[in-house]
Amino acid sequence: MIGVISYLAFFGTVAAILAIAVLGLNLQWGNTGLFNGGVAAFFGAGAYGAMMLGGPADPQQLGGFALPYPIAFAGGIGLAALVAWAVGLLTLRLRHDYLAIATFGVAVALEAVARNAEWLTGGAKGMRGFPRPFEGLFADQFTYNLAFLGFVVIILIAVYAGLERLVRSPYGRVLRAIREDEVAARALGKNATRLRLEAFVLGSAIIGVAGVLYVSFYAFISPQDMAPILTFQIWAMLIVGGAGNNRGAVLGAFLIWGAWTSSGFLLSKFAPTAVQIYTGPIQYIMIGSVIVGMLLWRPQGLLPERIERTKTGNEAPGENASQG
Amino acid sequence: MIQNLMDGILTGSIISLGAIGLTMVMHMLRFANFAYAELLAIGAYAALVFDRLFAALVPLTDQTFGGLSLTWSLTLATLAAMAVTGASAVLIDWAIFKRIREKADALSMVFASFGVALIIRNVITLIFGLKAELYSNDIAFAMVLSRDPLLLIKPDQIFVLAAALVLMAIFHLVLSRTTFGFALRAVAENPALAQVAGVPLARMVIVVWLIGGAFSAAAGVFYALTNHLSPLIGHNFLLPVFAATIVGGIGSVYGALLGGFIVGTASGLALQIMPSGYIPAMPFLIILAVLLVRPHGLFGEPQT
Repeated sequence: MIGVISYLAFFGTVAAILAIAVLGLNLQWGNTGLFNGGVAAFFGAGAYGAMMLGGPADPQQLGGFALPYPIAFAGGIGLAALVAWAVGLLTLRLRHDYLAIATFGVAVALEAVARNAEWLTGGAKGMRGFPRPFEGLFADQFTYNLAFLGFVVIILIAVYAGLERLVRSPYGRVLRAIREDEVAARALGKNATRLRLEAFVLGSAIIGVAGVLYVSFYAFISPQDMAPILTFQIWAMLIVGGAGNNRGAVLGAFLIWGAWTSSGFLLSKFAPTAVQIYTGPIQYIMIGSVIVGMLLWRPQGLLPERIERTKTGNEAPGENASQG
Repeated sequence: MIQNLMDGILTGSIISLGAIGLTMVMHMLRFANFAYAELLAIGAYAALVFDRLFAALVPLTDQTFGGLSLTWSLTLATLAAMAVTGASAVLIDWAIFKRIREKADALSMVFASFGVALIIRNVITLIFGLKAELYSNDIAFAMVLSRDPLLLIKPDQIFVLAAALVLMAIFHLVLSRTTFGFALRAVAENPALAQVAGVPLARMVIVVWLIGGAFSAAAGVFYALTNHLSPLIGHNFLLPVFAATIVGGIGSVYGALLGGFIVGTASGLALQIMPSGYIPAMPFLIILAVLLVRPHGLFGEPQT
């Protein structure tokens, strides 16, 4: 029984962490129509940033300042946001798909840095020994894991609630206006480039939060954890759940992560050995098929976006649009 | 230094071939196709299959030309692979991209192309395995051009560079001397206007996929001939071919050709100042530099 509960806690923790990343992507892609081709890069930036600030000292590399957890947490988010800001500044005023190419490029470049800059990132062997937060407060590993699940879920709820407020606010409506018709939004005096940059940086910072939680949970990070497949998994979660719908984003994260782990389990348990070595490619094909299939047959996802109509009537026009 | 430059020019010719179709497709269909580089992998592996098939059917064809590891069977296999890859490109467009194009926006296409790339790459892995393959297991000896500084070049590399240049020259003649070439350039530069002028757009989309697929297949075979085959060919060439199209300006065929050589030589020369592990990031730096200085590329037109 304890085994089942602790497995469920483990599964729930990882799924909730990924759900936070999906929520960040939803702000970019679902609400603002920005294509992030390098989700893994911002996830990795968050994780590595936290590790460098909060990890234990290592004579062979820079970083490992062993700073308190809140500072490491903020630093990871800051690094993810900084990378997003630099890329967004260069590409957001250009053709829409340039952002896709540039963010994909960032993921390749950061992975190369993580793999090769041993003095900074520990290279291919990664960095270990991140002090897990509040570990001293709990007697055994089991209660700690449950408590950590609670911690992650609280952050997930906070991010969800914050984003729900944001997308329903006038600011969220401007983002959707830019997504639907940039020229019209500009004509109303909205600075589309700046708003897009803000949404992109905020979304990437949220993906960075997921990265920080990931390294807090595993106490370990390596280039393997920011491989391109992570980007595809998080996309699949969003498109299955429903782009533009935050509840869909969370649902998609749990569904796809469940499908991913159970397919891995089934393949390792029942498939012949000759097939087992191809577990990775088989799962990748599944993720690719989910993405293409959803786009072909149900592009709105399981929980489609619900556009709430602003109450009209005799309200003074422009009252809602005055902010943002 | 000169060795790196030579190797860079060779890689550049391969990137150029890969970028020709991408720049046309990106401009005509207005989306960044992340599945495009997988055509190089399809081409390289299709050639491997045809090569083994021809060599088994007619053993006489399995003889190398002096010094090269190229055989008659591989030559024929390359042509067959170009046809097969062109057909696959048309088929993928018909089965997936066309349907999404009809009902969704350009970003859904970008999204779908990532999914398609993931499927193609891993289907190839399932069929051929993760290990690297070679067309020929014979050792290709390099020729020593000079001893100080040490310069080495393999006959295969000279052949690949020459063949790539011949393909480009043929394509240039077609583009500049035939009515078909004019139509193609018109479509690549301004699809709407070309349509007004009586160029059938739907048919041209198919032709562009065929040409792009064929050139990509040649690029894939050339890479495999001078290096090796791996399911990651597509993944590794994705950023370089994008960089080549952006450097040249999206929609400009000649820009893409030049862009390929620029990206190849820059990556080669970068080995002088950075460890090889960072080279995959080089095309990204080139993209950033171009976006900063001249966002529409060398020959592209500013777009709104």
